[in-house]
Amino acid sequence: MTRKNYYILTDGILKRKENTLYFINKDGKRPLPIHSIYSIYAYSSLSISSQVVNLLSKEGIPIHFFNRYGFYSGSFYPRETLLSGDLVIKQAKHFIDNEKRLKLASDFVKGAIFNMKRVLSYYGLDNNMDTLLEDLKSCKKITEIMNVEGRARADYYKLLDEILPEGFRIGERTRRPPENMANALLSFGNSLLYSTIISEIYNTQLNPTISYLHEPFERRYSLALDISELFKPIIVDRLILYLIKKNMIDETDFEKDLNYSLLNENGKRKFVTEYDKRLKKTIKHRKIGRKVSYKRLIRLECYKLIKHLLGKEKYKPFISWW
Amino acid sequence: MISDAEKKLLIRGTQVNYYFVCRTKLWLFSHHIQMEHESDIVELGKLLHDETYKREEKSLILDDLISADFVRKGKLLEVHEVKKSDKIEEAHFFQLLYYLYYLKKEKGIEEIRGFIDYPKLRKKKEIRLTPDNEKRLKKVLEDIDTVVRGDFPRPQKKSRICRSCAYLEFCWA
Repeated sequence: MTRKNYYILTDGILKRKENTLYFINKDGKRPLPIHSIYSIYAYSSLSISSQVVNLLSKEGIPIHFFNRYGFYSGSFYPRETLLSGDLVIKQAKHFIDNEKRLKLASDFVKGAIFNMKRVLSYYGLDNNMDTLLEDLKSCKKITEIMNVEGRARADYYKLLDEILPEGFRIGERTRRPPENMANALLSFGNSLLYSTIISEIYNTQLNPTISYLHEPFERRYSLALDISELFKPIIVDRLILYLIKKNMIDETDFEKDLNYSLLNENGKRKFVTEYDKRLKKTIKHRKIGRKVSYKRLIRLECYKLIKHLLGKEKYKPFISWW
Repeated sequence: MISDAEKKLLIRGTQVNYYFVCRTKLWLFSHHIQMEHESDIVELGKLLHDETYKREEKSLILDDLISADFVRKGKLLEVHEVKKSDKIEEAHFFQLLYYLYYLKKEKGIEEIRGFIDYPKLRKKKEIRLTPDNEKRLKKVLEDIDTVVRGDFPRPQKKSRICRSCAYLEFCWA
């Protein structure tokens, strides 16, 4: 049975009765059968008991928490059951060995740029992404790779502004807090994707704190940040463009003040609904010969990384082929 | 030469089984890169284990290596292993043979018989630890040791068996 993501947007209580969870809020009580849950995304204030935590841990279900502004606050990452000391050592080896680290770091950026290029060409936007890919080849340091990534993304946002309606232009990328609507959407989407990737990593033997492009001590689950570079253009950015272009989201979906803009509850609901649809969308995988969802593509990326770390098969970053 | 695995049996029944299924799977499983937790087929196997032979005494689990589905105690000790289908008969045969060998060698129990039960096929197969079988098994155990100690082996070609394997996406993505 395929397990689902649950997104909780209204305040309430999560309760356990036997092996079923119930979400109780002002509208009533809704059961969430434990075997149907893959991850929970909590965007509201949620009361949970230790019995709930124990059950989630037993079933290996992570729960991601976001504060009332929609910023990621942390995850309940259940006890690891998939441990491979062997792999962790190899993961660390690839970090310590500078050449090995550079290879992976630049692969992540390479994939990211290719995927940005895909989005741009879909909208018929001429771009210089190829030059940036060329620049990437000569990078000898992580900072240089990061620099190319930064330039690529700045150019990319600038180009996207050409096709975005006036109120929804990105302009300068601002975070905490995002200063306009486009930035609010990007921040919201990126942190959602980050949590999705944490769930995928949890289901593999990879250690989420050992990363290559980002510094492992930068943030807790920095490997999720590495992988998210590949998927941001294809999952988050495309979704945002879709929502804006189809007029599915407008000013009433935001909470605004002089210096910030954030999605309100209604806006968040629209966003996560469409986001979840996207994660479930499938494409036929050329190599496996089966249909694979976008969410599963993230897992496959983890597998490819594991194979690379074990030797024998070189990692090739995910590049959208459609 | 006697391998380490042979001196002190530290091989798991599942490893013996996987040796016949696929070397890649054996290696990954042995290095704790396990994928079975999401497999519907494995889930089905567990259900089959739980739902059949309910009157029998429950599983025989020894030293975290052996996990037979049930045992029957009489004049002889009967060790039973329940399987869904007989497609990979050789794997089942050696897995059970290994249980018998382990009980003999590590626990000193010799009056013993093995049975593979296929409840869905209404079939049952008896297995005995003959000197000849024992010799064949020893060779298998040595091979397992070599595979596990070696580098990660990539599968050579996609075969029919891959289709229902929990590692399919891992190997071929």
